[in-house]
Amino acid sequence: MLEFIIGHFNNATYIMLMMIGFYAMIGKTNLVKKLVGMNIFQWSIILFVVSLSAKRDATIPIVFGSHSSGSPVPLDASSYVNPLPHVLMLTAIVVGVATTGVALALLLRIYRRYGTLEEDELLQRVRSSG
Amino acid sequence: MNIHQSATPILIVVVPLIISFILPLLGWRHRRLVFPVSVLALLCSFGLSLVLAGRILNVGPVEYFMGGWEPPWGIAFYVDHLAVLMLLLLTFVTLLVAIYSKKSILKEAPDQEVPFYSVYLILVSGLTGLVSTADMFNLYVFLEITSISCYALVSLGRGMAVVSAFRYVILGTVGAAFYLLSVGYLYSVTGSLNMTDLARILPGLYESNAVLVGFAFFVIGISIKMALFPMHAWLPGAYSNAPSAVSALVAGTTTKVAAYVLARVMFFVFEPSFSVETLPVTTVLSWTAAVAMILGSVMAIVQSDLKRMLAYSSIAQIGYIVLGICLANEMGFTGGILHLVNHAFMKCCLFLVAGAIVYQTGRREIHTFRKLSRTMPLTTAAFTICAFGMIGLPPTGGFFSKVYLILGAIDQEQWVFVGVILVSSVLAIGYLANVVRYMYLPADDDEIATEMTVSSHGELERENVPLTMLVPMLILAAGVVLLGLFNGVVVSQFIDPAIPIGLLR
Repeated sequence: MLEFIIGHFNNATYIMLMMIGFYAMIGKTNLVKKLVGMNIFQWSIILFVVSLSAKRDATIPIVFGSHSSGSPVPLDASSYVNPLPHVLMLTAIVVGVATTGVALALLLRIYRRYGTLEEDELLQRVRSSG
Repeated sequence: MNIHQSATPILIVVVPLIISFILPLLGWRHRRLVFPVSVLALLCSFGLSLVLAGRILNVGPVEYFMGGWEPPWGIAFYVDHLAVLMLLLLTFVTLLVAIYSKKSILKEAPDQEVPFYSVYLILVSGLTGLVSTADMFNLYVFLEITSISCYALVSLGRGMAVVSAFRYVILGTVGAAFYLLSVGYLYSVTGSLNMTDLARILPGLYESNAVLVGFAFFVIGISIKMALFPMHAWLPGAYSNAPSAVSALVAGTTTKVAAYVLARVMFFVFEPSFSVETLPVTTVLSWTAAVAMILGSVMAIVQSDLKRMLAYSSIAQIGYIVLGICLANEMGFTGGILHLVNHAFMKCCLFLVAGAIVYQTGRREIHTFRKLSRTMPLTTAAFTICAFGMIGLPPTGGFFSKVYLILGAIDQEQWVFVGVILVSSVLAIGYLANVVRYMYLPADDDEIATEMTVSSHGELERENVPLTMLVPMLILAAGVVLLGLFNGVVVSQFIDPAIPIGLLR
């Protein structure tokens, strides 16, 4: 069992982070904490996808050698780290930042309107204001 | 098969996108120009969709490679008969809603028209991109463009709209994150993101755990996005609190596009046999859809607020669409897609009518609609036509899509689903006929009667909904009937050529 977990270390990590995020989204009543949970949830997946391309003793995908030092040294693909997951996750991070920005703007408006960010108080005030 | 190259698909997406970034600059000095320019951009997209449809009907599917990079390396756009049907639907509905929103947004969110139209155009480019892309990760980006602009638009409403929008942000992001996770899993085993390429590689890997997990996460993620029954918590609040133009737009387009993505990935990227047998998601989804159809309708009957009722009815109607797609035979698939088109027209029109009633009278509660047919004859007529469509009375489109759905269920010998479709239609009479009854009821109730005579001295006697609001509603209502009369054309020209290979006959 332990060996299985160590063998799938990246899976175990992302699932743990994901569950922490889930807990914060479901269990916390403060809206900012919910948002933090959402971020942990997103970032856990980004971490996982980046970890897919991790490789021991591998190098960056750049052809070494230059015109002055003769012909470029050919490297076989197995010694590269696949850069594509990183690039994709860069885009996903940008998307995540945009989502967080919108959510924070919404939280600002909620606070200005109702004067609280605690969900139970918020619901009370919504009911009393009709 | 030789697929034709064309730049039209990308233009449909890019024109609204570019205009949306120009609008804030334009609106700085010339606020009057914002509305005509955005309508022009949408008109341009609609025209291009028509051109593309003509081309696809003649020569077959069309594709476009971004920057000339061929798949599987570059991002490709691929538009077939089904996708062009969706493009026509989306650009047409968004054009009409944009015209409608000119007056209604002025009243419901004053001084917000510049950001409103800017975000609106981003939403349109996200939706059209979602339909035409052939790249799984690109699809994620468009999914989030669509969702983020939806959050912003929903939050423009009054009352609890901001709280509903925040709830929508949390749930929508969870859905998108699940989708991203599924893309990660699929990429880890196939090394490809292109849909055509995936469809080629995946059949050899159907036993792989990563593919199974990836597919399961995809189904959950996209189900949250389209508010399939147990994951619908964000929908009623978001629909009922948003400005009326936004409710109509979101109800008519975003959930439908998510259903389209479900069909696209389930049957085109994966083989139908995988979705039906290897990992029987179609069985699970069709049963949850059946529950959605019953529970959504029951919840709709209980509501007293018109927009909230329509929102719950949307949950039920999503059930029809998913059930049709997940019956996984030709009749069911045709019915599901046809109902998708019909429902986009009907629900959009119903929300527009709800908005028009709020615009003229400020009323949202159904029991206050007495005698409304006297003061707003055209609006109530549009509502009645769409209500008939939702119930499924013959000349309207709703009837034909339900016939296809029932035939599909009979083909599969799923008698429970036949019963569920019929029961849900009866329940639809329950909630819609009630509204129609109130609208045409003479004001015999004393209290209401006095209220009406007091308020009907002046302008209330005639219909004073502006023409820009009235015409889109009437066009959509006419569209509901026309879709019924010409449903054969839609089926034979657009849906039949796109029925995925390997579905049960």
